[in-house]
Amino acid sequence: MKAPNREGTKILVKTEARRVYLDHAATTPVRPEVAQVVMAYMVTDYGNASSIHSFGRVAKEATEKARAQVAHVIGARPEEIVFMSGGTEADNMAIRGALTANGEKGRHIVTSKIEHHAVLHVCERLEKDGLAEVTYLPVDGQALVSPEDVARAIRPDTVLVSLMFANNEVGTIEPIAEVGRLCRERDVLFHTDAVQAFGSAPISVDELNIDLLSASSHKIYGPKGVGALYVRKGRKITSLILGGSQERSRRAGTSNVPGIVGFGLAAELAEMEMDERGRRLTALRDRLIQGILERVEFTRLNGHPTRRLPNNVNISYEFVEGESILLSLDMKGIAASSGSACTSGSLQPSHVLTAMGIPSEVTHGSVRMTLGLENTQEDVDYVIATLPPIIDRLRAMSPLHAKAVSERAARDGSDGR
Amino acid sequence: MAPKAGRNRGGALLYNEKVMEHFANPRNVGEMPDADGVGQVGNPVCGDIMRIAIKVENDRIKDVKFKTFGCGAAIATSSMVTELVKGKRLEEALDISNRTVAEALGGLPPMKMHCSNLAADALHQAIEDYRQRTAAREGTPREAAPITAGTGRASGPATDQCPTCCGKIAQFGRELAEGRGLPDNATSGTGATVAGGPSAGSRPAKPAG
Repeated sequence: MKAPNREGTKILVKTEARRVYLDHAATTPVRPEVAQVVMAYMVTDYGNASSIHSFGRVAKEATEKARAQVAHVIGARPEEIVFMSGGTEADNMAIRGALTANGEKGRHIVTSKIEHHAVLHVCERLEKDGLAEVTYLPVDGQALVSPEDVARAIRPDTVLVSLMFANNEVGTIEPIAEVGRLCRERDVLFHTDAVQAFGSAPISVDELNIDLLSASSHKIYGPKGVGALYVRKGRKITSLILGGSQERSRRAGTSNVPGIVGFGLAAELAEMEMDERGRRLTALRDRLIQGILERVEFTRLNGHPTRRLPNNVNISYEFVEGESILLSLDMKGIAASSGSACTSGSLQPSHVLTAMGIPSEVTHGSVRMTLGLENTQEDVDYVIATLPPIIDRLRAMSPLHAKAVSERAARDGSDGR
Repeated sequence: MAPKAGRNRGGALLYNEKVMEHFANPRNVGEMPDADGVGQVGNPVCGDIMRIAIKVENDRIKDVKFKTFGCGAAIATSSMVTELVKGKRLEEALDISNRTVAEALGGLPPMKMHCSNLAADALHQAIEDYRQRTAAREGTPREAAPITAGTGRASGPATDQCPTCCGKIAQFGRELAEGRGLPDNATSGTGATVAGGPSAGSRPAKPAG
């Protein structure tokens, strides 16, 4: 193996303490202009969008504008957008709602092993309650689902295929067009959890034959607690939350007007800036990946190298444990996340990395860094400069590292090098 | 609203300051080529391995070194146990339990008490190893004591099973315990032969979002 190159590309680092937020897949800061409108609909235009008086009408008008803004991002019609509390509720409603409304056809669901828990746990619960049969499709080493596997899994009683647009941990973008075409041909509802992709990757629900799509506001610099489910016109789906006629009786409960308005503006801005931001983040992403891989040995990039969200970097550092890396990065002002069991609360390593066939001892040392709007090249270079000594320090403590190095030395020696 | 002066921008910490101090500046890290006894617990599948080596003189622990693969708690407890036992008589050292170590650190988060608090077990193994080597030299072989004797762990030998994290890893654990080292496949990228692994149908974890 090639020795790590600590010199490599020239990097610029300022000396003062930096704080670098690299966890945008977890959540993003609310853009100031978005926060401003959220505030306005809390303090000034606080009406209930269901009321008939002028206060209510102002709120109603604002939610309808937001509906059009969100719909536009994915080429949908405004009436096909149902606002709700977030991506998790959207996933819950898509799966349960589709199953309940289409019971006469069957109760089989096809999904993948790398879905977000908002999909997986719903499927597991439905199975446990005897309400559904679920096929969990495998993925390859880069987290891609094969459309052939989807085709094989679809049965006459299959009601729904649910496949995420892009994976939240490793950023791999799934073959949505192929799977959408398949589902349309076989007359099966197609749901995609697009929480990570909405506003980042171009999506046309018509071109991609998507029937149901989940999106979330706080991943695109909007407020938390609001999201949407796109439901294609004419597709049957049952409501989860009852108790009012809001959202055309598809989601009861007083409309979260400030959240919805903020989501709408955030969506419009995301769409407007998508191309430029995508190019900028992709360049930063690749600089970060390359910078780390050439400076730290015994590493691997997780996920697809190019079919990948523009902001996702997920790298495994062998012989060290993820939480130790996160704590060390945090001491240097860098915020990231890990697929390690230790950081999860459940003591299980990442189900995504496991499904990709990565051995658990390597998944424990995986760290995800997700870039965002406010990150700069200086931030990236700061990380590239800060990370190698952290890994060195932890490896110097690790009983696994010394063994690997001595084994390599023995191997190289026997090769006569 | 402007943040108050002196506010902790990091918010509530997962670990207390003492744990973080040991994590940032661990004591007695390193190898000991001429060790009199070596103990190792944990496994890379669960994400924690602790190895402790001791040098014994006149029934006292003259020197101690550790190497640990694991989370913040794993590193801090390893560091703390080495600090606690340096200069202690072997009998005194055996009285130190995982709980003693956690208390000396001012406490650990509850979920870390099981998986990452094994440093005293590794120490006890090192002492047992030393005693077996001594007995072997003197020609009076000892019967192997349970490796976690006296540590008060409820769930059996640490290296045999990890019921919380990974399920059945017994074989792997025994190889560690007997061989005082890792099996050859332990660190290889394709070494998927580790028995067990994450149990099917368990609740996996992942980064937020």
